[in-house]
Amino acid sequence: MSQQETVLFDAQGPKARRRTMIGTVIGALFLLALAVVVVLRLAGQNQFSMELWGPLLNPGNENFELVWGVIGEGIVNTIKAALVAMTLSVVIGTLIAVARLSLGRYARIPLIGFVEVFRGLPVVVLVYLSVRALPDVGIDLRGWPGGQVFWGLIIGLTAYNMVIFAEVVRAGVASLPRGQREAALATGLTNGQAMRLILLPQAFRVMLPAIISQLVVVLKDTSLVVFVANFDELLSQGESIIRNLGNPIQTFTVIALLYIAINYTLGRLAQWVQARQARGSTAKATGGDDLVPVRDGA
Amino acid sequence: MSPVIENLDLYVDGFLTSLSIIVVAMIGSLLLGTLIAAFRVSPVPPLRAFGTFWVSTFRNTPLSVVLFFCAFGLPELGINRTFYFFGVLGLILYTSAFVCEAIRSGINSVSAGQAEAARSIGLNFSQSLRFVVLPQALRTVVPPLGSVIIAMFKNSAVVGAFGVGGDLWSTGQTLTSARGYETLPIFIGVAIGFLLITLPAGAVLQVIERKVAIAR
Repeated sequence: MSQQETVLFDAQGPKARRRTMIGTVIGALFLLALAVVVVLRLAGQNQFSMELWGPLLNPGNENFELVWGVIGEGIVNTIKAALVAMTLSVVIGTLIAVARLSLGRYARIPLIGFVEVFRGLPVVVLVYLSVRALPDVGIDLRGWPGGQVFWGLIIGLTAYNMVIFAEVVRAGVASLPRGQREAALATGLTNGQAMRLILLPQAFRVMLPAIISQLVVVLKDTSLVVFVANFDELLSQGESIIRNLGNPIQTFTVIALLYIAINYTLGRLAQWVQARQARGSTAKATGGDDLVPVRDGA
Repeated sequence: MSPVIENLDLYVDGFLTSLSIIVVAMIGSLLLGTLIAAFRVSPVPPLRAFGTFWVSTFRNTPLSVVLFFCAFGLPELGINRTFYFFGVLGLILYTSAFVCEAIRSGINSVSAGQAEAARSIGLNFSQSLRFVVLPQALRTVVPPLGSVIIAMFKNSAVVGAFGVGGDLWSTGQTLTSARGYETLPIFIGVAIGFLLITLPAGAVLQVIERKVAIAR
């Protein structure tokens, strides 16, 4: 915080401090009033009754164990789907990036078109198409472990994220000093070996924070399956709790807090890794920061 | 592709509704995001805390959960509106967090020496902000802000899936479920509709980026 203040503000004198103080009081009062209004309205609708919160908060409630069992299952499925989709996206994304970097100027044009098209599509459309339309074109995923909806979701998420990763990997490789590749070729490695042994390992190191931040995006996107088909991830589990107990505000609050807890932790982890890398290595003048904008809010 | 061509008028309607969601959400999230960014860099602690809370809440919650909250929570607060209102509001709330972060990182990217130099040649606070800090910050903000907005364009599909009705997604749903068309061609049509928005937007963004780019 102090960093921003130095850019925008002078160190405050007595007058400015008084103004800030007044602003603090007014701002705090305003936020407090807002909170009070919300709480009063909710209380007026009897939203704080233990009848509604009990199954989520009170371990003595008859439904408590059942509800948290369902939520736990949802968390496991959400994380499982996110990790599988993430792994596939990184692998396929790397292949696309390597192909794009090694093809000639004209041969890579169709690949660029492919990347641009998939980057321009909403992820929910891709998930819908892979869950609903893949069976129509004769791709049967029912036999796969996890079932058809799970793999449909995975394929949809992968289709969206692989091209994002292709761009991340490409930027990562491009951020390395030219000398790395030249030195690798000079020691007699082939192009492929230089990519595999020298460039990609270093690029992945630079990319690690971007990969973790993108995991947050994937984790959030798993919830989109709720609009497409039945799959027991966190949000869908919340919906089925609501159908049975009729407590939407309470359950959605808990579900949202769980998502925030997981994603906030991942976000901090990404920041920590990035700070560590920025500190740990002197040869990384190009690293880290360049890659952060990859997280594009999807 | 004949199912798409047969229903072209429906697609055009859906495209226009999607476009209206996008335009309203873009204006709303830019305004709200700028306001929250101003909170986050203000010298007033409660506003800063509120801004931080806002950003970490909406950035880490899935858009679908935000939308459900708007639709189920706000009526309990006595706010009863259409699904269109709730859908667009949810999209604005969600996107504002990303807009705020893009703007804040732009302001942070201006080095302190710039502001100090502006002060030392005698510009006052608003002058240094107007002539030195903001012009540089805005240029840095353009690429990340652009990708946030394009991501929002794509997220408008989620608002459609949520049940706003009449947009591109709902057009696809109506055609497949109520009229019995096959999923694949209909949703390829939906996908093309979105590409007609996102691809030109990406191209425009690149042009703007090149126009405002500065060497540092």
